[in-house]
Amino acid sequence: MHTQRFVAPLTVVEALRFIETEPGAAILAGGTDLLVQYQGGIRRPTAFVDVKRIPELMRIAADADGVTIGAGVPAADIAAHPAVRTWWPGLVEAVCLIGSTQIQSRGSLGGNLCNASPAADSTCSLIVNKAVAIVAGSNGERQVPVEHFATAPGKTLLQPGELLVAIRLPKPVAHTADAYQRLIPRSEMDIAVASAAVSVTLDASGVCTSARVAIGAVAPTALLVPDAADALVGSVLGAAALSTAAAAASAAARPIDDKRGPAAYRRTVVGVLTKRVAAIAAARAKEQ
Amino acid sequence: MSKLHIETLVNGEPVEFLCAPDETLLSALRNGLGLTGTKEGCGTGDCGACSVIMNDRLVASCLVLAAEAQGASVTTVEGIAQGEALHPLQQAFLDEAALQCGICTPGFIVASKALLDMHPDPSEQQVRYWLAGNLCRCTGYDKIVRAVLGAAAKMRSAQA
Repeated sequence: MHTQRFVAPLTVVEALRFIETEPGAAILAGGTDLLVQYQGGIRRPTAFVDVKRIPELMRIAADADGVTIGAGVPAADIAAHPAVRTWWPGLVEAVCLIGSTQIQSRGSLGGNLCNASPAADSTCSLIVNKAVAIVAGSNGERQVPVEHFATAPGKTLLQPGELLVAIRLPKPVAHTADAYQRLIPRSEMDIAVASAAVSVTLDASGVCTSARVAIGAVAPTALLVPDAADALVGSVLGAAALSTAAAAASAAARPIDDKRGPAAYRRTVVGVLTKRVAAIAAARAKEQ
Repeated sequence: MSKLHIETLVNGEPVEFLCAPDETLLSALRNGLGLTGTKEGCGTGDCGACSVIMNDRLVASCLVLAAEAQGASVTTVEGIAQGEALHPLQQAFLDEAALQCGICTPGFIVASKALLDMHPDPSEQQVRYWLAGNLCRCTGYDKIVRAVLGAAAKMRSAQA
């Protein structure tokens, strides 16, 4: 069965009205997951709803308190945005790892979140930066912390008739920085075997006053790991604190064995990545 | 299934075509408009053979619906040369023998053009990362990278 309709609404209200009457419709942003799934026969929506003509979904708006990134903004635009580059270098690292140049021209944060792959590169970075998903529905808008957005591989808490409009990132306080790394068996164009993002805030003497750690590709969804963050807070992020955080990340992981790597390997590697990115985030925070 | 009527700019020329709601831009270019320079490799966005520039961005046309091109500006490999005069990238690919079978070449030319439009003086590393989404099973890439760097240098000296 081929998809019979293509619509390109110009407003959120128009999009909501369409998806309410057509529950089998699929939201089309960059198409880098949806159209692959369509060609493979995995998804057969009744209609494609191209949301890239809706201004709210396609703009990056910076204000005194943070940045709102439209759910359909492509990775390349996010990576080029001055405020995003300054405040969230780790998020930029993450979006610049998603596929090729061609994919980064189209793939979006909204798509990365809604596709809900446990290995999605942007998700861990969004989680450590306290990002909130702004969801519109016929009853108005609700805000969901990104760590709660995915509920299982390919599943999100979006209800039928709801649309992810934007992702809101609060401006980081002074001496805060993030970092992201993933492990893949080659240098480009692959999907994470394991990944980790860390954000740390330091005081004037270099002591970590708050931290967030998230790990990816090692559980059904990306995980926020408070135990790993607790290991960092109160320390100067020396070897002992980093090792404790690494152990906490490994302990929190619930990986599977698959073609990308055995569970035991993933569990070890996610700890190593946590340690490395915490050190990078700390070095960046000192300069912020 | 009702067809959609799409108006767009392809290689600077206004064009109109009819497409199915699920037809890819790649299919519309090749089958609808007869622009067969753009190749289909994998059909899943992994190989880059179908690369075109849409609204100043390099995209895989197999992962774009034709209907999305309404009002857009699309550049295919057919729009790279100026009449009979080859683009410096095309000449450099010939001079460096940066191809064998040739099926990946249109994608590489278009992708390299998008790179040089944005970064006229790329490093070798920048070229290699930018072209990571274009696969070539013949050349081993070295000649392609050399051709892109050589064309970039020629274009810079022509500008100077």
